[in-house]
Amino acid sequence: MVSVAQVWDWLSHVPDPEIPVISVTDLGIVRDVSLEGETVVVTVTPTYSGCPATSVINFEIEKALRDKGVAAVRLERRLDPPWTTDWLKPEAREKLRAYGIAPPIYGTRAEGVVAGRIKRLTGAALVVPCPRCGSEETQKVSQFGSTPCKAAYQCRSCLEPFDYFKCI
Amino acid sequence: METVVKLDLALFEGLCRLGDSTLVLGHRVSEWCGHAPVLEEDIALANVALDLIGQTQLWLGLAGEVEGRGRDADALAFRRDVWEFRNLLLVERPNGDFGQTLMRQFLFDAWHQPMLKALEGSNDARIAEIAAKAGREVAYHLERSADLVIRLGDGSEESHKRMQTALDTLWPYTGEMMASDATDCALAEAGVMPAPDSIRPQWEALVGEVLGEATLKAPESAYMHKGGKQGTHSEHLGHMLATMQWLQRAYPDAKW
Repeated sequence: MVSVAQVWDWLSHVPDPEIPVISVTDLGIVRDVSLEGETVVVTVTPTYSGCPATSVINFEIEKALRDKGVAAVRLERRLDPPWTTDWLKPEAREKLRAYGIAPPIYGTRAEGVVAGRIKRLTGAALVVPCPRCGSEETQKVSQFGSTPCKAAYQCRSCLEPFDYFKCI
Repeated sequence: METVVKLDLALFEGLCRLGDSTLVLGHRVSEWCGHAPVLEEDIALANVALDLIGQTQLWLGLAGEVEGRGRDADALAFRRDVWEFRNLLLVERPNGDFGQTLMRQFLFDAWHQPMLKALEGSNDARIAEIAAKAGREVAYHLERSADLVIRLGDGSEESHKRMQTALDTLWPYTGEMMASDATDCALAEAGVMPAPDSIRPQWEALVGEVLGEATLKAPESAYMHKGGKQGTHSEHLGHMLATMQWLQRAYPDAKW
C-alpha cells in the first residue's frame, strides 16, 4: 500500500514541462495528496488560467504515478486560493536563476490599485537583477515574455536578454 | 420556485456576459499573432489573449454547468450563433491599428480589473474563486495597456493623433459596461454579481488619470451604444465568429 509521503516524493521528481529544471512540487501547484481506499487523489491548482502546460502537467503526474505501479489515480482541480509565486520553494528559485530565469521578487505582485498607479507605472521601475551576471542595470522589454508567467528583460551590463518570472 | 428559476437564468446570462466578453476579446487580440509591429509586442498580445481564453474556459465552463443542459465551454464557444453571444460591443470592434487595439484593451481592462475585484465578493463561491484567479492576471493586463496608452498618447505627433482617433472611435462603446438591465439587477440583488454602475467611479477615476497622463481627451458626447449584453451585435461579430467557429462547424467534435 502506497503512503501519502511516498506519493509526494514521487511527485517531487515530475518536471514542469515548460521549465524542466523545477518539479511540480517545487512550483507549489500540487495542493494536496490523499488516499481514498486504493485511489490516490492529487489536487492540482493551475498557475495561469490559460496556461497550456496545465493539461500536460496533469498527464505527467498521472503517468508518473502509474509508472510507479499506482493503478487508480484521480486528479482534482482546485482554484481557491489562487496560485501565487510565493509558493515556489526557495531551492526552486535558485534552480530558476541557474537556468537563466530571474526568480520572482516577493511582494511585487500587480495589484491593480487605482490610486498612485500612475506613479508606479511611470516612476521607479522594479529592479530585477540579471540571472547571468548579477547586474542590477536591467530593463523591462515587455510585460509578457515567452509565456504569460514571465516578463521579457534585458541586461544592460552583459546585454543578454532574459526572462523574469513575474510575481503573481 | 419561480424566482429560483429566474435567478438561474440570470446567472447563466451573467456568466455568458463575462465569458463571451473574454472570449471575443481574446480572439480579437489573437488575430495579431504574427502581425504586431515588434516581436515583443506580438508575444505580449498572444499572452494576453491566452489569459483571456483561459478565463473564458472557467466562465463558460461554469455557465454550462449552471445551465445543466450538457453544454461545456467549447460547445458554448463554438456552437452558438451571433445572437446568442452576450459580449460587450466594445470587445467585438475590429482591431484597427496597434493603437486602437491597445486603447480598446485599456478601456476594457480598466473595467475588467475592478469588476473582478467586486466579483471576488460574490456570495457564489464558484464565481468568487474564478474572479480571484483571473484578477491576478488582469492586473498585469491593466498595467501593460495603461502604460502603453500613456507612452503612445504622450508620444510622437503621429502616435498621439492615432491614439486620440482610437479613443474617439471607441468611446461610445464604453457606456455598456456600466449600464444595468433586469438581469444585472436580479444578480446584484441576489449578491451574486455587482451592479454594473457600481464599477463606474473606479473606471472613471482610472481612465481619467491615464488619459490625462497620456494627453488625450475623452469625447464630450454622452451618446453610448448598447445591446451586446442582450445579444444585439454589430456586423463585426458575425464575421469574427465565421472565422473562429468554422472548424467545429465543418467538422463537429473534431479533435487535435
